[in-house]
Amino acid sequence: MNMEQRRKERLDRGIKVRTDGIYAVMSMRELAYLIVPRFVLIAGMLVLPFAMPGMYWQRVISIVCIYAILALCFDFLAHFVGLVSLGGAFFIGVGGYITAILNTSFGMPPLLGVPIAAVAGGLICTFLLLPCLPLRGVYFAIVTLMYPLAMGRVIEALDIFGGTDGIMGLESFPNRWVEQYLVIVTVLVFLFGLRRLVNQDMGLVFRAVKDNDQAVKASGMSITFYKAIAVFIASAMGCFGGACLVHIYMWSGISLFALDFSILPIAATVIGGAGTLVGPVLGCFILVPISELLRAFGTLRIVFYSLILVGFVVFKSEGIMVYGQRKYHQFERWVKV
Amino acid sequence: MSKEPILRVIDVTKAFGGILALNRVRFDLYEGDILGIIGPNGSGKTTVVNCITGFIKMSAGKIVFRGKDISGKPPHKIADMGLTRTFQIMRPYYSLPAYKNLVIPLFSPRAKRTGGWRGGGKLGDRDTVGIDILEEIGFERDSYVPYKLASTLPTGYLKRLELARCLALKPDVIICDEIFSGLSMSEIASMVPLIERLQMEGITLIMIEHRLRELFRVANRVMVLDFGEKLIEGTPEEVMASEKVKEAYFGSEEVEEVMSHA
Repeated sequence: MNMEQRRKERLDRGIKVRTDGIYAVMSMRELAYLIVPRFVLIAGMLVLPFAMPGMYWQRVISIVCIYAILALCFDFLAHFVGLVSLGGAFFIGVGGYITAILNTSFGMPPLLGVPIAAVAGGLICTFLLLPCLPLRGVYFAIVTLMYPLAMGRVIEALDIFGGTDGIMGLESFPNRWVEQYLVIVTVLVFLFGLRRLVNQDMGLVFRAVKDNDQAVKASGMSITFYKAIAVFIASAMGCFGGACLVHIYMWSGISLFALDFSILPIAATVIGGAGTLVGPVLGCFILVPISELLRAFGTLRIVFYSLILVGFVVFKSEGIMVYGQRKYHQFERWVKV
Repeated sequence: MSKEPILRVIDVTKAFGGILALNRVRFDLYEGDILGIIGPNGSGKTTVVNCITGFIKMSAGKIVFRGKDISGKPPHKIADMGLTRTFQIMRPYYSLPAYKNLVIPLFSPRAKRTGGWRGGGKLGDRDTVGIDILEEIGFERDSYVPYKLASTLPTGYLKRLELARCLALKPDVIICDEIFSGLSMSEIASMVPLIERLQMEGITLIMIEHRLRELFRVANRVMVLDFGEKLIEGTPEEVMASEKVKEAYFGSEEVEEVMSHA
């Protein structure tokens, strides 16, 4: 049989579990179909600290998780609300500085300071981004990219919050297990929380704003209000990550506003699969460790890193999770034409 | 007529740069009426709708809805007051199934006020209410059509979905921007009774149309726009008899056909 006479047929798996919104589980097999992927993810994340060969790699896992939180923010804002945000570094910086000030000036312990920094940082970021919310697409992206750059310069120029030296001598988490599991559990909570949210009625409004904001206006809803709520959710998550980061490093400085925090989550989203939420997390678990491994190559690191990215974009532009979900949910077979 | 009009459009003017798209358009809409707005391409029909519903800012003029001045208000506030519209180019949420499209209007503040338990009817379930509305508007409940993604629906269903989005808000006025355009004759034939039923339910309608025959069947009053100016307003018979309209539509076969029937 030569190629011209065949075509690939794709069939959706005829399992009730996939019926939208209704979970009619018929057998253990179908239950497993539903639970196993989620269980593998949760269990895999939870055993990671034990599987790492040493302190250094355990630290890498913490950093990966913080990038994963940022990637979740980016994916949520870009693919469920339609705001392409390059403000990851801004969220990290605001959250980081708030908890650093709370810790050094008011002696607030990290486990209390981090949640406060998340909420307060979320409010501050939302308030500062409010004027840009009517912007769409690439314009919003450009403006949000400006925020972290501007904040870094403001702190440098005015010499506030420790200026270029940053704020030193922060308290660390009680021990490294608390540190590890705080960020890992946070990633899982944010991941499943967001997945739940985007399928709730309010999440549908977010997705509608992305699809067609004029129709949302015609439905009698203020799109700026819903965009603000979405930005608050995302920025509070980002600030939480930033606050964890400064307590891990025990230092807060203007490098928190570094563009890595804005760019890497986007790369992770491209690799992991846009709009899947779990994909960007997976992307971070691939990209950040690769970046660490490539340190051995010194300055050539960025070249290899770029090659890997280009490879993904060219050969698997849909992303790992989109590809994986399709393979998982569908049968494929060759049929005669 | 002695009663107060539900919507008053007073001298609305809109200029795009140097081009006067609307020049002092003025009309009143009374409760329970169906007002048809017709006119050649580019005569400013959609611009009137955009001005009334706040989607574009008018250069001058005033719009009064239920005794309140709504000129310059943002579109969502106007929709919240019960003045809704459909779009000429359909604007469904393509990535959502048809019935989930209605969850968005049902989540709006107006629907939460008017639609029973915060927009979700007796059960507080917006999905169910969405499917009920779709059935009302001609989606077969037991078929898979309401569950299909909006991106896979044909034009006829998307036009109905536009109307359903308005109905979910329990509106006082619906402005239909070319709801018949792009539909087959049989689809239009099934839409006309729908429009008549909306009128019977007490909803006031403005219909912008090119399909004059169907429009004249349902409309009480018709207004003709040409080059942004109101030519004439009256009953369908008066409009059909008018010389000015014949001039504006000169060469249009359909008008001549409709007029010869009159």
